[in-house]
Amino acid sequence: MSSDLTTDLRRPTAGGSARARRAGSRSLVGIILIIFLAFFLVPVIWLLLSGTKSAQALTNQGPFTAGTFADLQANWNALMTFQDGAVATWMGNSVLYAGAALIISLLVSMPAGYALAKLQFKGRRPLLLATLVVMLMPATSLVLPIFLEMNVVGLVNTPLSVILPYSFFPFGVYLAYIYYSTALPGEILEAATIDGCGPWGTFWRVVLPLSTPVVALVGFFSFVQNWNNFFLPFVMLPRSEAYPMQVGLSQMLASTPTFNPVVGASAEVSPPELVLATLVSIAPVLLIFIVAQRYLVTGLTAGATKG
Amino acid sequence: MTDQVTVPAGSQRLAGSRRGSLVGWAFVTPFVILFVLFGLVPVIYSLYLAFTNRSGAGVGLANFAKAIDDFRFWPAVQHVAIFTIIWLVLLAVLVVGLTLVIHRIARRRTKAFIRFAYYIPGALAGASSVLLWLFLLDPSVSPVSWLLRLTGAETFQQVVSSERLPVIFALIAFWTGAGGWILVLYGALNTIPTEVMEAAKVDGAGPIRSAIQIELPMIRKSIVYMLILTLAAGTQLFVEPQLVSQASFGIVPNDYSVNQLAYVFAFGQNDFNGSAAISVLLLVVAVVGAALFVWRGKLFEAE
Repeated sequence: MSSDLTTDLRRPTAGGSARARRAGSRSLVGIILIIFLAFFLVPVIWLLLSGTKSAQALTNQGPFTAGTFADLQANWNALMTFQDGAVATWMGNSVLYAGAALIISLLVSMPAGYALAKLQFKGRRPLLLATLVVMLMPATSLVLPIFLEMNVVGLVNTPLSVILPYSFFPFGVYLAYIYYSTALPGEILEAATIDGCGPWGTFWRVVLPLSTPVVALVGFFSFVQNWNNFFLPFVMLPRSEAYPMQVGLSQMLASTPTFNPVVGASAEVSPPELVLATLVSIAPVLLIFIVAQRYLVTGLTAGATKG
Repeated sequence: MTDQVTVPAGSQRLAGSRRGSLVGWAFVTPFVILFVLFGLVPVIYSLYLAFTNRSGAGVGLANFAKAIDDFRFWPAVQHVAIFTIIWLVLLAVLVVGLTLVIHRIARRRTKAFIRFAYYIPGALAGASSVLLWLFLLDPSVSPVSWLLRLTGAETFQQVVSSERLPVIFALIAFWTGAGGWILVLYGALNTIPTEVMEAAKVDGAGPIRSAIQIELPMIRKSIVYMLILTLAAGTQLFVEPQLVSQASFGIVPNDYSVNQLAYVFAFGQNDFNGSAAISVLLLVVAVVGAALFVWRGKLFEAE
């Protein structure tokens, strides 16, 4: 939009007062953008700073000052000893659940998206439509039904009870489908067939090596969604040792006096510890966000012609 | 795409043949299995539970009647409805407005920075974002305690008073989700050909007029997509009230939302049939919204 200014001058109404009004509306727009910038970022900045404070400093010191390294260390140690290292266990569980589901959903959704986009078979269109419908349904709407099902087959309280439902990821199939229908020219497949590749050979040797962008995108969405899932593991995994971090957080919340006066003075978790726990719980996702930022933004603005 | 040659596309090479059909199915089978196990079977089993009693005998609509007559049902529906409406309005007004404004920023770097900064809260979802907001809403530690006092609340208990909750939940949901939607709408705006916008400017359309007459109609589909998904997601409210209920020392009941009530039916009262009935009601909302969009919206006519 570099031509904004030049075209403005050509506007028939562009008199001096109009230009002044435009400058005014421009700074108003700037102010609005900055207010929202604060709205979106201030909580994150506060979260990054507050884990470095002692409980007193958290209430007395200014909200945007950093604490000391010693306090951060103390909070960290307290966090790691909470219920004999429960936090490490929960983080490990989160990695296991989200990681296993990530691998399965990639293995499942890439071939499926490819077939829906490039192969002809009976029932292709109904399957595509059904995938779209389930993709648009909120994942939470299936949580209690899946629980009732798992309860019958006796899988409740096992890691599989969350990994398998996590692996069903219609959005991943949809992303793969879109990618293969728009970015994979049919001629490449033709050439592979002429060179003697069967359908599997074509997929493994020709299609998959060209799929890095969509593999990364599907992997990202699958991981983030499952990492952050609360409802399903909350319902499926009643034992503390099996909690993922998200559910573990709610247990820590219950042991924090600020939010649960019943705990009283014998409280196990101090507020800055809980802040640090929250930060730890999102650290992997936040890291991926920052490392992959450019990539993600382009991915999400899929269909974009230019940045 | 520059390589549009007239050779038959790869998609045609196996068309119609039995072998082609088999190959296609081989590729989708793992997905279909997961679809059946975690999409279809749970829904069918919930339907079965919803229409039967504990011993498996058909009871017609009795479970639905019981759930709807429950004294907690309508308040929960009301809570969820108010929350969802506020959330929808926030998204419809602010996300659309912000996207239009960001799209007009002249400097590419500023534009990219703002898009990414707004998206960062998307990394926090579920329990993490609720926990962070519990702190933000507690005047004794909040970085914006002056703002909370301005609204007339001195203590955490006053901040999370029941009449404020729908606004609070909507704010949390907006905070985590808005950036992602801005990116989606931004992508839609980018598909409008530059010539169209240039022509509008030459014709004397200012930013507001071209927004209303060109940009909004052209990204209408993406806006509807956002609103339908939000409507369906809003009815599912669970983690926010669940944690706030835990943290507010019972000020917020643990049957605040419809999904929570379904949870209480299953785990508190051991009534899986009643729980299934509520789940089925919620499923209907989700399926109808999604199906309407797929069939009427035509967003996915990629072929």
